[in-house]
Amino acid sequence: MYRGQSGMWSWLLHRVTGVAILLFLLVHIVDITILGFGPTVYNNALTVFSYPFVRVVSLGLIAAVLYHSFNGLRITLVDFWPKGARYQQQMFYGVLAVTAIGFLAMGYFIMLPVFQGCHAHLCG
Amino acid sequence: MAATRASVYAKPAAGATGFETFSWYFFRITGLLLIFLAIIHLVIMHVSNDVSTTSYQFVANRYANPFWRVYDLLLLTLALLHGMNGLRVIVDDYVRGRGWRLAWMSFLGVVTAAFWLTGTLTIVSFHAGNAPLGTFFHALLHLK
Repeated sequence: MYRGQSGMWSWLLHRVTGVAILLFLLVHIVDITILGFGPTVYNNALTVFSYPFVRVVSLGLIAAVLYHSFNGLRITLVDFWPKGARYQQQMFYGVLAVTAIGFLAMGYFIMLPVFQGCHAHLCG
Repeated sequence: MAATRASVYAKPAAGATGFETFSWYFFRITGLLLIFLAIIHLVIMHVSNDVSTTSYQFVANRYANPFWRVYDLLLLTLALLHGMNGLRVIVDDYVRGRGWRLAWMSFLGVVTAAFWLTGTLTIVSFHAGNAPLGTFFHALLHLK
């Protein structure tokens, strides 16, 4: 285990985001089987993704994937980069910063139709 | 648990073998690949397109190119194995009884196989205009 308090939080967040992403993946594997019912059924089901609430759920997924990705890279650096263990805490703050920047950039595009007043078919 | 058992966290000794050693490397190698596979997938589906416009026709255009089927198969396989192996580690941490551990591991194995088969069938069998599941359930509903 990594020393210090940030080590515990990075570990806990890694585990929680990992389980959340896995649950989403299992749901996603089931939801894409709707393709097998043809275009009408699939396109009707797709309208679910235009609801603002579902967009907010997408934001959660994006945040989880970004954190888990960058923290996974941090763990790998601790293991393989000779100075990794010494800089693990600084790298944790770096992970949080890059996650936040990526989240704001991607989140902006996901919520854009809502910011623009939800016209057309983009908001259900 | 034996004290000598390989850890999920500590780097295995050079030349170490066994499942936990394999698992340790597997997490890191698939993790590095998944950073690219998953984030590019999210950018395509949520940024360069709005997810609400990724219609049946969008999938048909995309899957006309075998590259994206291979891409999605790789993403499905690596993400599912990486994630289910992570869940295995969590079960390993919290479930103590021998019987319960065996039951959990068997359950995780069955879930992994079932979801991998389901996802793979969707990706491989997709053919624009065909609705195998629609045809199947339609036939089922009309059985006398």
